[in-house]
Amino acid sequence: MLTVNGLSYRHAGALRPSLLDVDLVLGDGEVLGVIGANDSGKTTLCLVLAGLAPRIVGGTLSGRLSIDGVDAGSLRMHDLPALVGIGFDDPATQLSGVAATVFEEVAFGPANLGVPRDELIDRTANALEALAISHLAERDPARLSGGQQQLVAIASILALRPRHVVLDEPTAQLDPSGTALVGDALERLAGQGVSILVVEHKTDLLARIASRVVALDGGRVVLEGPAKEVLADPALVDLGVAPPSDVRLRRALVTALLDPTQLEGARA
Amino acid sequence: MGPLVLVAVAVLAPAIVAGVLRALVRTVVLLALAIAISVVVINVLFFPAGEQVLFRIGPITATAEGLAFALEVVARIVAISGAITLFYLTTTPAELTIDLERRGVPPRLAFVASSSVQTVPTMVDRAVAITAAQRARGLDTEGSIGARLRGIVPIVGPVILGAIGEVEKRTMALEARGFSRPGRRTLLWHPADSPLQRLARWLMVLAIPVFVLARAAGWLG
Repeated sequence: MLTVNGLSYRHAGALRPSLLDVDLVLGDGEVLGVIGANDSGKTTLCLVLAGLAPRIVGGTLSGRLSIDGVDAGSLRMHDLPALVGIGFDDPATQLSGVAATVFEEVAFGPANLGVPRDELIDRTANALEALAISHLAERDPARLSGGQQQLVAIASILALRPRHVVLDEPTAQLDPSGTALVGDALERLAGQGVSILVVEHKTDLLARIASRVVALDGGRVVLEGPAKEVLADPALVDLGVAPPSDVRLRRALVTALLDPTQLEGARA
Repeated sequence: MGPLVLVAVAVLAPAIVAGVLRALVRTVVLLALAIAISVVVINVLFFPAGEQVLFRIGPITATAEGLAFALEVVARIVAISGAITLFYLTTTPAELTIDLERRGVPPRLAFVASSSVQTVPTMVDRAVAITAAQRARGLDTEGSIGARLRGIVPIVGPVILGAIGEVEKRTMALEARGFSRPGRRTLLWHPADSPLQRLARWLMVLAIPVFVLARAAGWLG
């Protein structure tokens, strides 16, 4: 379980904090969606949860983050990847730069952790299979499309087999079938008891896989609750988030029934 | 003569065996041609101790001694650029990393060595993308020499700044995958290392004192 209490974070040299007094609980096997406009603090939240902020990026942090009941501050940086896996929105910068093939790229993380060779091969093959990219195993990761690189980046996290996964817009460069694959993989992971926090603009994906959703605005949690309720909240549009397509369709139908001329317009 | 023998034995012969001769010659020509031309022109026409005259152009005298010296320098340049190119063409960053680690080099050092090799194509890709983007915004990169020179700054600036900006993201990505963990990493595979390759390596190591002694004794001219 990941628990965040009164968390505030300010990037080095920033005028205002990127996160302000955030409280969150991410239970085992739960998928928590995070939404919000640009600059609302979503990426910063991911960096803090993965222990990269402030350790790697600097800045000042207050509040408490505990991972499975252990204060994250007491853990060493190199202990964290086995506990919390993180994926970023730009897959190109997540490539190690030293792997000649996708298989080696996905194996890079667990190899760093000293996982025995047989298990390393097993983990890597399973991670590739989970995202249906086994056919890319011998390809040069630097020569893949952005969408394929994104799937490789996610497979690289799965191969670490962390207890918690934090993903920052994991489907940003994916087409609908790639997005569906990621959704399937995350649902399977959650079924194995892994807790998942996923930042997404694609609210249709969150409506499918998330049990709860939080909305950030100016670094604060402004909405929190069951995914169905938060994603249908009328305030979402004001927060710069497009509701899922079923919510938009329902609203369009209600508006059209109240005002039949709109229905005529839609028919035309 | 010495550098030419070295090029033939230590660069061309291995390149033929590795099947990269054509790529090697093309790359070495690209790397060394401009320097070679300037070395030949300057030494042939302005060699101070030349006596055997080849031809005269006004006050300038081309000498055979200048030509011989220029050819020796060019042979050395070809030997150096050929050796580096051969290494680049026959060694993947992954092989380099794994082999260095297998021999006990700390993973960080091995990573720096191999990622330096990998940086070249990445930077080229970035430069190509930025050049296309700048040209789409009206930058003249095909006009006069002056226009081309002016066009360098808007391309080189973003290439370098982009690479620097990427360092933090790449650092985070590496840390998130346990790169800073102390201790040995698991090696997925071992590069091929046949008895012939090991013999060739030992011969190369032994060749160093032999060549140094031969040079000191004046056997190499």
